[in-house]
Formats: sequence, C-alpha cells, structure tokens
Amino acid sequence: MYSFASFAAGLLFGAGLIVAGMANPAKVLGFLDVAGSWDPSLALVMAGAVGVGAAAFALMRRRRHTLIGAPLRLPGARKVDRRLVIGSLVFGVGWGLAGICPGPALVLAGQASAKGLVFLAAMLAGNVLFELFEKKRERKARTRA
Amino acid sequence: MSIDWNAFTPSQSLAGGAMIGAATALFFMLNGRIAGISGIIGGLLRPQAGDISWRLTFVFGMLLAPLAYAAFAALPEIRIAGGYPTLALAGLLVGLGTRYGSGCTSGHGVCGVARLSPRSLAATLAFMAAGFATVFAVRHLAIV
Repeated sequence: MYSFASFAAGLLFGAGLIVAGMANPAKVLGFLDVAGSWDPSLALVMAGAVGVGAAAFALMRRRRHTLIGAPLRLPGARKVDRRLVIGSLVFGVGWGLAGICPGPALVLAGQASAKGLVFLAAMLAGNVLFELFEKKRERKARTRA
Repeated sequence: MSIDWNAFTPSQSLAGGAMIGAATALFFMLNGRIAGISGIIGGLLRPQAGDISWRLTFVFGMLLAPLAYAAFAALPEIRIAGGYPTLALAGLLVGLGTRYGSGCTSGHGVCGVARLSPRSLAATLAFMAAGFATVFAVRHLAIV
C-alpha cells in the first residue's frame, strides 16, 4: 500500500511538473530572468502547489498518524544554520545555470533527454560526493571525541 | 523588467502547481512523509532496511510520468540551453547543494513553505536569490 501510494504520488508529481511547464528548462530560466523578458508562470506553480499542500498539512495538524495508520514524519530541525544557507545558495547557482532542479531532472531522464540524463548523472555524483564528505567528517568527529 | 506575455501560461501553471500540491498532499496524508525529491533520492545512497522500496517506487513514478502524459496528449516541447559541460557542472552543484541544504524546490519550496517552516523559508529565499543572481550574471553580465 505504501509503495503504491508513493508510486502514485511520484507519477502525479511528475505529471504536474510537465503540465506546469517546469519540466522545460527554458521556461524555468525565463522565470529566473527578471531583468530580461520575464515569464512569471512559475510563481503560479508555487502558488498552486503551496495552496493545496498547505490545506493538506492543516488538515493533518492534530493527527499523529496518516489516514492509513503510518506515523507522520516531519523534519525536526528548527535552526537556520550556515550549512542550510550555503547549501541552498550552491543549489540555486546550479539551478540558475541549467534551469533544472531534482524533480524535473527525473522527468527529463524519463523522456530520455540526453542533456537531462547528463544533468541527472552529475547530480547523483554530487549526492555521492556529499555522502563521502559526510563520512569523512563523521570519522574526524569520532577520532576527536 | 518587461513581462513576456507570450510565454506566460497562467492556467496551465496554476493547474500543474495544484497537481504537484495534490501529490504532496497524497504522499503526506497516506505515507506521512514530505515529498522532497532530493531527500528521497539522497536516502537511497544510505540504504536502511525498510526504507528503500517507497523511495524507489516514488522515483519510478516520476520517471514514468512523461510516458503516462504522452498517453493522453503530446508532450510539450523542451529546450535545454546549456552545453554538456555547463549541465554537468550545474548537476554537480545541485547534487551537492541540495544535500547540504537538506532540500530542494519540492521539500523546501513547496512542502516547507506550505508548513511555514523557518528553515524552509530561509532555504527557499537563498536558492531563489542565487538562481536569479546566476541567470542575471549569465545573461546580462556575460561573466560566466
């Protein structure tokens, strides 16, 4: 059941990206180019997604379990730290260079776009690098302790 | 600033956004998790028992979305401006940045903003600002 729900959610999410125009990198860059001829469409994507999402989160606020009994897992961290801000800035630079973020990267790969596949492979390499850096950091922290 | 009215697609973008929101809602109300793509993919690189199949099925659903869409209508045209080296660099930065920043456009930008999470609001401001600045530098300063 859980696997089916996540498959359906992934499918609907991906279809939403296509309908919204977010799976077209040129359109994303048109939104990020406020100094050129600006395409405000993606602001409406955010508005639609956040609006529907907020209703769901509000509905579930008093519950501790989902409609089918799974525990609700929300991120516990509250602090805005350097890691969060610098990581997000680095992500934004990559997003601005290609017009692709992780969701559309999957959709483009699903269309067998060669450029999309190169982006996805590089993104996964970035994920692997992160894991390696984290392991190194954890080892260092352990030897210091 | 001038608005590109020919490119502006208010109804499709609002409808697509609502679909993304509905996917997020479905995922949270049934599986109890945040639909953050970078986190869902990233978690596959630290495999833990019982934590793999839902990630794989979500990713599989996203990969199949264009195929499912094409069964109903012709897929819209896509254009990717950058060359391969630019895309490789961009992908690497996105892969690193989203993991250090604990999220991307979906986890922070949609789910986190919808929950009014202070961390997600800060992250969203940061990646939007960096995105605007990068496109400005590439298109209008020609320094990159």
